[in-house]
Amino acid sequence: MKLENLTFKGGVNVPHSKELTEKKSLEYAKEPSIVYIPLHQHTGAPCEPLVKVGDRVKVGQKIGESQAFVSAPVHSSVAGTVKEITKITTPTGIQSTCVVIESDGTNEMDESIKPKGSLDQLSSKEILEIIREAGITGMGGAGFPTHVKLSPPPEKKIDTVIINGAECEPFLTSDHRVMLEMPEKVVFGLKAIMKALNVDRGFIGVETNKMDAVDALRAIVKDEDNIKVVTLKAKYPQGDEKRVINAITGRQVPSGGLPMDVGCVVSNVSTAKAIAEAIQEGKPLYERVVTVTGNGVKEPKNLIVKIGTPFQEVIDQAGGFNGTPGKVIMGGPMMGLSQYTTDVPVIKGSGGILVLTEEEVLEEKVSPCIKCGKCLTACPVFLQPLFISAYALKKDFEGAEKFGALDCVECGSCSYVCPAKRPLVESIRFAKREILAKRKKS
Amino acid sequence: MEGKVLNTTKADSVMPEMLVVSSSPHIRSKETVSRIMLDVVIALIPAMIGSIYFFRLNALKLILISVISAVGFEALTQKIFKKEITINDFSAVVTGILLAFNLPANAPWWIPVFGSGFAIIVVKQLFGGLGSNFMNPALAARAVLLASWPNIMSTFTLPGPDAVAGATPLAIMKFGGADATASATVAQAGSELPSLLDMFIGNIGGAIGETSALLLLIGALYLFIRKVIDWKIPVFYIATTAVMLLVLGVPTDQLMYHILGGGLILGAFFMATDYASSPVTPLGQIIFAIGAGALTALIRVKGGFPEGVSYSILLMNVASPLIEKFTAPKIFGRAK
Repeated sequence: MKLENLTFKGGVNVPHSKELTEKKSLEYAKEPSIVYIPLHQHTGAPCEPLVKVGDRVKVGQKIGESQAFVSAPVHSSVAGTVKEITKITTPTGIQSTCVVIESDGTNEMDESIKPKGSLDQLSSKEILEIIREAGITGMGGAGFPTHVKLSPPPEKKIDTVIINGAECEPFLTSDHRVMLEMPEKVVFGLKAIMKALNVDRGFIGVETNKMDAVDALRAIVKDEDNIKVVTLKAKYPQGDEKRVINAITGRQVPSGGLPMDVGCVVSNVSTAKAIAEAIQEGKPLYERVVTVTGNGVKEPKNLIVKIGTPFQEVIDQAGGFNGTPGKVIMGGPMMGLSQYTTDVPVIKGSGGILVLTEEEVLEEKVSPCIKCGKCLTACPVFLQPLFISAYALKKDFEGAEKFGALDCVECGSCSYVCPAKRPLVESIRFAKREILAKRKKS
Repeated sequence: MEGKVLNTTKADSVMPEMLVVSSSPHIRSKETVSRIMLDVVIALIPAMIGSIYFFRLNALKLILISVISAVGFEALTQKIFKKEITINDFSAVVTGILLAFNLPANAPWWIPVFGSGFAIIVVKQLFGGLGSNFMNPALAARAVLLASWPNIMSTFTLPGPDAVAGATPLAIMKFGGADATASATVAQAGSELPSLLDMFIGNIGGAIGETSALLLLIGALYLFIRKVIDWKIPVFYIATTAVMLLVLGVPTDQLMYHILGGGLILGAFFMATDYASSPVTPLGQIIFAIGAGALTALIRVKGGFPEGVSYSILLMNVASPLIEKFTAPKIFGRAK
């Protein structure tokens, strides 16, 4: 099997802009004095608070839980006192109950935090339970609860586990640094997932612009027969899980389907690391690596940040704003979410905080479509973005649906390449929402 | 309380006054429409210089009049329609140059003016402006000029300072020599034809911008490197024309004259590749090009005119929306 420079059809070459932070080692962020921990950081049911105002909590203590299967518990990232339980808007734009905890600076660990044993001793069911209890969700962005992803229905036979280290979003380097500095944890996480799913074929896919991480991972797996570290051509959106599966296995996840439909499970690098820490140290997901970057901050960094730390505090630790900020984005520039304010907390899915300068966000003039077809070449799903967008802008959502609007993965490649600067993915996203809302109604 | 944001206590943190919030992506490529059009203008410069070298002041005059009137008509229509004036996107310049390239060297001044007016006002602006024209404006204008003033439009001059009238190689192959009125035999035609080298560098009779395959190909190469045009349309177009000519009985020693003569090179690389009037789907582009190639050969061999590039492209332009409809790419992950 070919292991080098695997790729997919379509996509765009976007400047990587990773030089700002790719050489910067992980460092712990300053201890936050107050954390704001939303109880709804994942896809699925929100958690109910397990604590009340005035309670003393410890690091790693579970503070939110839900009875629903598709949900993930939430833990405290500091030791201290619950000051308030309120509602906030999270960086993903949803309203969530939020536990506000004032840290006492002791960082006293919860008693539950202890090693859970080796993979040989643990059954697949126990591994899943550890992952669930640790509140682990997909850390690549979607925030889907990991234990749910690892519990496919019995008729779906899984034969391949892939750890996604593509990190194709420009600017972001959090996964890169994790692979480089903690390759053993990433590999351990992969083995845990393989054990949980009873699968004996594992891959770690890394883009060719991170060869140091590839070498580090290969050194760890050199004696493993069933785990391969493969390199992926650095092209956006290689990190989209369906693109990763296609590049590595050649399989096509059916339209509207999930990776498990083609026997695959894909997990992000940081998720694998979190799984390793949950098993080896008993540590729940209460902190994560965040790349604070962009020309809008003075000293871009890769920080290990406690969940609930306000964006502003994290930005201040990267030297603060460099000039007037234009946009503050959670995630990368291609799919990240721009924020109204920096008074939002870091959540499990915050892989990066990107600050663009005022000059970088100037609105460009939109001109008529010239039908150059660049959006067709760029679309990794082989859609015709120009036509879907035209229907969407005319509010003809049936037309948009007929042209495959719901297959759009919203990677933004079309809008990126469009010479007329048309709002292609933006309007398709709008059409998707309208189509789904209508479906729900009927 | 609903939706309140955090109340960070840090006094030294500078809150930005107003952050820009928008849907992703937050970065865009540097590509612009005017840059693409400028690239086409740049790609046409070698052939433009060639036309002035071969056809002297006549060519310069036609190009200038054509470009100036195309840009002028664009501004005028947009002003009358109270639309934003977009002459700085270079698209009217491209139309103007291409129209001039399609004219014989001794065409009077009002020919490019009328042609530009038709191309810009009727074919482009009345159908919605840039990107909405369903035919290539310059070619549509050529067709109208040819239908209205067939004598002017089919009297070509030979290169040189004297502007001597002479037949194009395609006309020689079809009708015989410059002064022959009836069809000539193949042998007669052979003796009248210029050398292949002259054909390649453009030292032959014909419309001012279409004669030099060499200079047009240099420009086309630039467009490939800049990724403005794709190889599919030109390659399938020229290949189909060649195959069809052989099928229709054109002797092999005349094949190169057919490919280098007339408007095939200009048409295949610069006219058939017009974004708005050709299909946007990859398979559609191939079908479009094959159709144009087959029609070109058919018109040249069986039709009344020696040349068929313009009409072939125009016919395929009209068929483009239909071709597009039936050639949508298969969506990833869909069985069909």
